[in-house]
Amino acid sequence: MSFISNLLNGISLGSIYALIALGYTMVYGIAKMLNFAHGDIIMVGGYAAFITMTANWCPLWLSMVITVTVCTVLGVVIEKVAYKPLRSSPPLAVLITAIGVSYLLQNIALLTQTANPKTFTSIAAGAPPFLQVFSGKGAVFFQTNPYTEEGLKPSLTISMETFLAIVVSVAIMVALTLFINKTKAGRAMMACSEDRGAAQLMGINVNGTISLTFAIGSALAAVAAVLMCSAYPQISPYTGSMPGIKAFVAAVFGGIGSIPGAMIGGVLLGVIEILSKFYISSQLSDAIVFMVLIVVLIVRPTGIMGKKISEKV
Amino acid sequence: MKKTTKNNLITFGGTLILCVVLGILMQAGKLNSMTMGLMVTIGIYIIASTSLNLTVGVLGELSLGHAGFMCIGAFSSATVSQILINNAGAPNWLAFTLAILFGALMAAIFGFLIGIPVMRLRGDYLAIVTLGFGEILKSLFNNIYITSDKNGLHFGFTNPPKNIDTATKLEILRGPKGTSAPDLTNFWVVAAVLLICLIILMTFIDSKSGRACMAVRDNYIAAQSVGINVTKFRLMAFTLSAAIAGAAGALYMHSLANMLPKKFDYNMSILILVYVVLGGLGSLRGSIIATIVLYAIPGLLRGINQEIVNYRMLIYAIILICLMLWKNAPVFINMREKIKAKFKNKKNEAADLTSGGAEA
Repeated sequence: MSFISNLLNGISLGSIYALIALGYTMVYGIAKMLNFAHGDIIMVGGYAAFITMTANWCPLWLSMVITVTVCTVLGVVIEKVAYKPLRSSPPLAVLITAIGVSYLLQNIALLTQTANPKTFTSIAAGAPPFLQVFSGKGAVFFQTNPYTEEGLKPSLTISMETFLAIVVSVAIMVALTLFINKTKAGRAMMACSEDRGAAQLMGINVNGTISLTFAIGSALAAVAAVLMCSAYPQISPYTGSMPGIKAFVAAVFGGIGSIPGAMIGGVLLGVIEILSKFYISSQLSDAIVFMVLIVVLIVRPTGIMGKKISEKV
Repeated sequence: MKKTTKNNLITFGGTLILCVVLGILMQAGKLNSMTMGLMVTIGIYIIASTSLNLTVGVLGELSLGHAGFMCIGAFSSATVSQILINNAGAPNWLAFTLAILFGALMAAIFGFLIGIPVMRLRGDYLAIVTLGFGEILKSLFNNIYITSDKNGLHFGFTNPPKNIDTATKLEILRGPKGTSAPDLTNFWVVAAVLLICLIILMTFIDSKSGRACMAVRDNYIAAQSVGINVTKFRLMAFTLSAAIAGAAGALYMHSLANMLPKKFDYNMSILILVYVVLGGLGSLRGSIIATIVLYAIPGLLRGINQEIVNYRMLIYAIILICLMLWKNAPVFINMREKIKAKFKNKKNEAADLTSGGAEA
């Protein structure tokens, strides 16, 4: 039972990673840059949700809308101000700029919100757990423990947050896949990631498409922020950096630039992290996640779903 | 004299003079203990930033795990110095010298081992993998326990070792609780290590290997096609950079009463990177000046106004972004050229006027 519960927690964490990894992989596919600030957009989303949810006037749905809007606008602004002027510059300059943006967001958060972590109220606070399994009595969905009087404790509990993270992520991934394959804007994104120059010659607005990519990536980060802060109810200026980096590992694991790859990589990485935390050592789980990255890059640098690219002179 | 030699002499001479002047002031008792402590820390950061400049500036690859190498140097040197002083009864100076060398050696070994997979990669991948290794090294030392007693050394991984003779128990590494190395770092040691490291770095950069690294940086494929063993030279520079970072870590460890592994995190790597980038990629002198200025100013301002210090990191970040845009964005490059052209025109006009005046 504990294995199943860990596995589900891993899938839940993994689907959050997958949402973040989608942002990385889409931006990498189109703009050919590693957006280091992506993790910090999660942090900003977390604070936006925290501030609006603690305000009395704001209902939950509105605070979700505000969070997504804030992140989307932030992502587009960062792209326009910091990354767009450097589109044809050496990769080192772009990478350092991205680190600068990440550093800037962290420090703004440090100054305005202080370094003390804040307790985040889960969006599913007060709701009963999604599933409880009692040995000999069967399973109970969406209910508080009906056997409290008999003193029976569930042998397996899956919280609402875990369930929500999986459901929301799957829904978003399906929507995103449909968007990219079926709509004009989505196909423009694919064309840009294939060959930016040729796409421009075909009349695609490349700058607009890149902005759109950043907008979508940041919106996904906002959703991930809310889900993550609900499952791990704490927020600090450094909340975003580690999940951001791990999501990048997931994107590389799945094959950078590949959207199904990011989903698979994210879920696998989440499962690896939770299982190693539980069965090996909680102290070493981060190290194990990075070992995965290194092994992947040595054995199969293009990831699970990636295409092999040969370099032309 | 060659231009590079002259440049190196200026950098080295400047650092030497600075060290001597500060040393004399210190011996004369003109500096308070806070300034002296600040100088030691600045010196250590200079060693770290000049060594990172070898990877970022000369090799042209972004390493985000520099603090990890400092971590290795710090904790392995602390183990050696504590064992030598407490168990072998070695004199302080000998123990400390051996500890710094051991720290640098361990960092070099790890740098080499890590470099083998890392140096096959480039660009963004390399950056993220070095970041990963930095985190791995940090969590490694978060889990290592070494304790000594009359029976010898006991090692523990993830848990402290058991069955230890409590009477003679001496904890050397305490996992996440860090370690307390003897306070041996002083200004003269830092100055000496700094000068030695500068000589090593300058010699390397100006050698055939260093020039090969720069050729790889400027054009990877062209360098390969003229027969440069790309991986070998990159690995060499990376290992050297790691070794010097290890020495810096060893000094840092022995300058503080208690050191936790989590201090050597991603943010420390980024801070050193900020010094390198703002000082100028590939310029050792730039790294030295940037480290002194960026580290000393907030330290000195702290006495005047605490508020300003809080904004320090924010300002660094903004400068970092603006500098990259100013240097690399086509818009600003054009703008710079226009300004330059204008100045030239004005000069030419002025020259025309004077010459015209002379004719008249």
